[in-house]
Amino acid sequence: MGTHTGEAIVLAEGLRKRFGETQALDGLDLAVPAGTVYGLLGPNGAGKSTAVRVFSTLTRPDEGTAVVAGHDVVRDPAAVRRRIGLAGQHAALDEQLTGRENLRIFGRLFHLGRAKARQRADELLERFQLAHAGDRLVKTYSGGMRRRLDLISSLIISPTVLFLDEPTTGLDPRSRNEIWDTVRDLVTDGTTVLLTTQYLDEADQLAQNIAVIDTGKVIAAGTPDELKARIGGRIDVVVSDNSDLGEAARALAVLASSGVDPDLDAERNLLSVPVGTESLALPDIVRQLDQAGVKAVDVGIRKPTLDEVFLTLTGKPATEDESEKEEVAR
Amino acid sequence: MTAPAMNSTFRSGLSDGLTVMSRNLLKLKHQPGQIVATFAFPLVSVVLFGYVFGSAIPIPGGGNYREYLMPGLFVMGTVFGVMGALTVIAKDNGLGVMDRYRSMPMARSAVPFGQTASDLLVSAGSLVVMAACGLLFGWRAHNGIGATLGAFALLLLLQYAVSWVGVYLGALAKNEETAARIGPLIFPITMISNVFVPTEGMPAVLRTIADWNPVSSATIALRELFGNPGVPTGDLAWPLANPVLATAGWSVLLLAIFVPLAVRRFRNAGL
Repeated sequence: MGTHTGEAIVLAEGLRKRFGETQALDGLDLAVPAGTVYGLLGPNGAGKSTAVRVFSTLTRPDEGTAVVAGHDVVRDPAAVRRRIGLAGQHAALDEQLTGRENLRIFGRLFHLGRAKARQRADELLERFQLAHAGDRLVKTYSGGMRRRLDLISSLIISPTVLFLDEPTTGLDPRSRNEIWDTVRDLVTDGTTVLLTTQYLDEADQLAQNIAVIDTGKVIAAGTPDELKARIGGRIDVVVSDNSDLGEAARALAVLASSGVDPDLDAERNLLSVPVGTESLALPDIVRQLDQAGVKAVDVGIRKPTLDEVFLTLTGKPATEDESEKEEVAR
Repeated sequence: MTAPAMNSTFRSGLSDGLTVMSRNLLKLKHQPGQIVATFAFPLVSVVLFGYVFGSAIPIPGGGNYREYLMPGLFVMGTVFGVMGALTVIAKDNGLGVMDRYRSMPMARSAVPFGQTASDLLVSAGSLVVMAACGLLFGWRAHNGIGATLGAFALLLLLQYAVSWVGVYLGALAKNEETAARIGPLIFPITMISNVFVPTEGMPAVLRTIADWNPVSSATIALRELFGNPGVPTGDLAWPLANPVLATAGWSVLLLAIFVPLAVRRFRNAGL
């Protein structure tokens, strides 16, 4: 696929929005190139959803401007609504109707007319492999199917810009893959996708550009590779004898990012070395350890987690709650 | 806005409203249980209240208790109609359907207008069932076709007003659970009235509330129009002395308050 270097189809400048005590958006700037998937990455409460709500005309910003598909979201929301699709964190469907009926009703509310709405519903069900379930009530659908139908519902008018607010949160890996495939498919049609996610992995898989957002503003932006270059990963080595830990650390020092000390965990015989982002090959690591005479039981290259992204970019954990959960999980 | 533009805005608003209405009616097709419940409520209440209470409650001035009771049951069924709109709207809110609607190029007022329109149709249907149940158990309308139709028209007006209250409360409630908690609060509203017993015997404060309760004036209005027993006489509170006017007045007042509130809520929610 060629790289689209189109002009910004979603353009935000200095967006601010306060809800009571919470400054949800605090000077958000964003430029999403046309024909790409753009990832808004951030923890709960970072302002991702509020940003999407502003772009999709659901929320009016206190300050700043946002232009979507050439139209200002505050001055001409009707024009924006004719050009966008929105799929939120829930399956925004009528559970007591069939999948097909849901799509038809949405089609009619998009003013397609009765006949075209029927036709579009059939087309979409067919194209996204839901035709077999089209005449079943949505309440009988699995979580993954609901999300897929929800995603399809936002495609009724072939939107210029599609907003996906955490499209895969809470889904099993298989359903997540299906959503990802659908999103990739859409971009080949020329739709620009702005998706929010808490998963670095998801942004990495789908997005050509990522903006990391925290406390209502963008704190880093770039391609996934550029961001990872700033974040780096870790090499985790488990040695058979914990007296080897020091030796292992010295052996891997050549690979480690400078200025960051490795973590030694004598109890678990674990050495964790922060590394830069040059692609590392497992055999190189093993060779280094081997030459140093260290018996490694397990060696792994760990991609940075969202927590580490935030640690690196903000110097603090993603959120208090998140880090507590992590502690318990460990 | 130019006249043609306004005209087309109005037309698309109307067609969106009809779409939302047909969506609600379509749902009934898939929920035979809901239809059974709609039919069962009047049947159960006529049997329960008519025969269980009726066996022990004497009617002032004599008469058949079921004839006395039916107008109140019509009103009760109508007031409980608030739950329909409230539940549907709150559920849509919880699932994010409202957000999707608001991100679409449809008229934002289509949801409340479509919802109340479908409520009106459904409740007209359940009035027919309720009347049939009543006829089966000995209730009659004695004042001719004009007064009878007038009574049903008054009920539907009240129902339409109540349905707007439901739409507004549903839009305030963030999800179905909150909506379900509001339900039991409707019981006292229907009970502190003259639906089951005359208000004369109630303690003063309660009696004043009951006398001014729209449920009471609507009940008396129906008794008057149907020619059923239990129309109080003597020194009465104004709404009971002018029940038809009072019921129509209450309905118009509710509409005047809740239509703008609900429409504004749908236009601006989340902004």
